[in-house]
Amino acid sequence: MNPILEVRHLSISFLQYESGFRRRMLTVIRDLSLTVLPGEIVAVVGSSGSGKSLLAHGILGLLPYNASMQGSILYDGTPLDPARAARLRGKEISLVPQGVNYLDPLMTVGAQLRKGERGAEIKKRCREVLARYGLKEETQSLYPFELSGGMARRVLISSAVLQSPRLILADEPTPGLDAQSAGRILGHFREMAKGGAGVLFITHDLDLALTVSNRVVVLYAGETVEEASASDFASGKLRHPYTQALWKALPCGEFTAVSGAQPYPGEIEQGCLFAPRCPHCRAQCTSGEIPYHPAGNGWVRCLLSPQEEE
Amino acid sequence: MRHRLQFAGKKLLRMILLLLGVSLAAFLLMNASPLDPLQTNIGQAALGSMSQEQIEVLEAYWGKNTPPAERYLQWLGSALRGDFGDSLLYRRPVLQIIGERLGGSLWLMVSAWILSGVLGFLLGAAAGWTRGKWPDRLIRGYCLLISSTPVFWLAILLLLVFAVWLGILPIGLSVPIGADAASVTLADRLAHAILPALTLSVTGVANIALHTREKMIDVLESDYVLFARARGESKSSILLRHGLRNMALPAITLQFGSISEIIGGSVIAEQVFSYPGLGQAAVSAGLGSDMPLLLGITVVTAALVFGGNFIADLLYGVIDPRIRRRAAHK
Ligand SMILES: Nc1ncnc2c1ncn2[C@@H]1O[C@H](COP(=O)(O)OP(=O)(O)OP(=O)(O)O)[C@@H](O)[C@H]1O
Ligand SMILES: [Mg+2]
Repeated sequence: MNPILEVRHLSISFLQYESGFRRRMLTVIRDLSLTVLPGEIVAVVGSSGSGKSLLAHGILGLLPYNASMQGSILYDGTPLDPARAARLRGKEISLVPQGVNYLDPLMTVGAQLRKGERGAEIKKRCREVLARYGLKEETQSLYPFELSGGMARRVLISSAVLQSPRLILADEPTPGLDAQSAGRILGHFREMAKGGAGVLFITHDLDLALTVSNRVVVLYAGETVEEASASDFASGKLRHPYTQALWKALPCGEFTAVSGAQPYPGEIEQGCLFAPRCPHCRAQCTSGEIPYHPAGNGWVRCLLSPQEEE
Repeated sequence: MRHRLQFAGKKLLRMILLLLGVSLAAFLLMNASPLDPLQTNIGQAALGSMSQEQIEVLEAYWGKNTPPAERYLQWLGSALRGDFGDSLLYRRPVLQIIGERLGGSLWLMVSAWILSGVLGFLLGAAAGWTRGKWPDRLIRGYCLLISSTPVFWLAILLLLVFAVWLGILPIGLSVPIGADAASVTLADRLAHAILPALTLSVTGVANIALHTREKMIDVLESDYVLFARARGESKSSILLRHGLRNMALPAITLQFGSISEIIGGSVIAEQVFSYPGLGQAAVSAGLGSDMPLLLGITVVTAALVFGGNFIADLLYGVIDPRIRRRAAHK
């Protein structure tokens, strides 16, 4: 099956002005690759600041003014250049943004959902979609500041699924929701995947990712460190020490967290970004490029993995 | 509705207190001025030839013998009753003079205010929208150049070009020299107001455009515009539906906040063009130690500025749903 989304060696950097007129490129996403097949939910898991939101915005061609992007993004087998992304946004590709501040504070919910379209048809669709997430018709006449956190979250999701997209980029869609609402939303994602859509499910919650997704891509400080199928976790087939640490930190694992913190962009210039925290770190881990390579039915960026040791 | 009235009442009260403070500050400054009213208005030579009694009468007229506190309270007492006294220089009621002068200045200021507001907004929005491209650079270059140019210098430059070299506009005053009031046409008045109004507008535009540009960039970089684009809204929809809506509040603040700058600029522009407006009257009152006139002008202009801010606050309540809805719920 052809992937609906294919991201290859994606890098995103920011041009920053330091003291005076010195400029420097700050690379926040480096050599990120992943694929999403139709009918599949792929989770992107990473801690705060690992570049998850930027990945979603980059795919849509909506990076900030001072950002630049390298690598390639293929949608449905064809390169997704800015012009094509602009045509597909809101139609075939939709975004569930991360927070309430993604709603225009001065516009009612209904007006934002309708995007300026008029007519009975769009009104009907808005009503139906809102109802699906347990929101009443009156929600449409409310301003964002009048919504509770959970209501706003459901409005954001409604807006993303209004158009029956083929690719959904869901950026942390469920925090702040009760278990029932969250379950309903995840269930709905699964339903849409069954209908042939691809879902990129962005979250920092590995536990949640494992309950809904087919595959998990783990981000660490802007790099993909591992791609594993959801079943690899329970069966102990994980390839990267960071993924193993994440898995162990879950309540169902040993519940031990790895010490230290993820480095800031640009803090570590070469070698493995996880090296300072890695229990298995060796001399060759701290220099050169660590390649992202296939391992079993997944991918890994680690010198310890079997492929490299042969 | 009750909430809005309460809000308006509070604002009005604050405005009255501020007016009081401003008049007191103007009084104290004038009192501390090193200019001697007799010396400046009558002249050393004339004073020398006067008798002691005559000089005492004059000193009493210019208020030199009354203690400052008493003088201010006297003024305040009658001002609260609506009587702003007589101008010492012109020997006519202050309000009458202000009325005449304001008539000349007001439409100069209003036209400059509207022109600079509209033009500034459009240029700023265009610059923000085309950030980094040539229209932006052009507009920003123009604004930086203008805002680093003193108003009087610009006024002289315009005067030189249009009145002296090209000779297409009058060099000063508000009506043709020597013409009697009945024969002055509207076209005459317009022609005389163009240069001062242009000076004021040109300088006002720069400030408003630069601020509007920043706001435009903020809006375009906002999360809600990102999401609007992610939903597939077109550029024009982003500009018209989200851009203008979110720029309206800061634009109102800027526009009404610029009243004070327009008034300040008019003092200088009217001086250069010998335009008999309020600004010019303020200068002569200040230099001539005409306390009642200066206080009158101070209070009136301050009231204009505060009035502008007050209107801006009320407009907020109409435009911003966060204020409007909250008020409605109360
Ligand atoms: N406009 C910007 N300019 C410079 N750096 C930026 C900019 N936007 C994001 N970054 C940096 O990029 C990195 C990734 O940011 P991103 O928002 O993608 O994180 P995230 O994984 O979504 O985090 P979270 O879970 O907190 O949402 C961060 O280190 C952040 O500081
Ligand atoms: Mg994020």
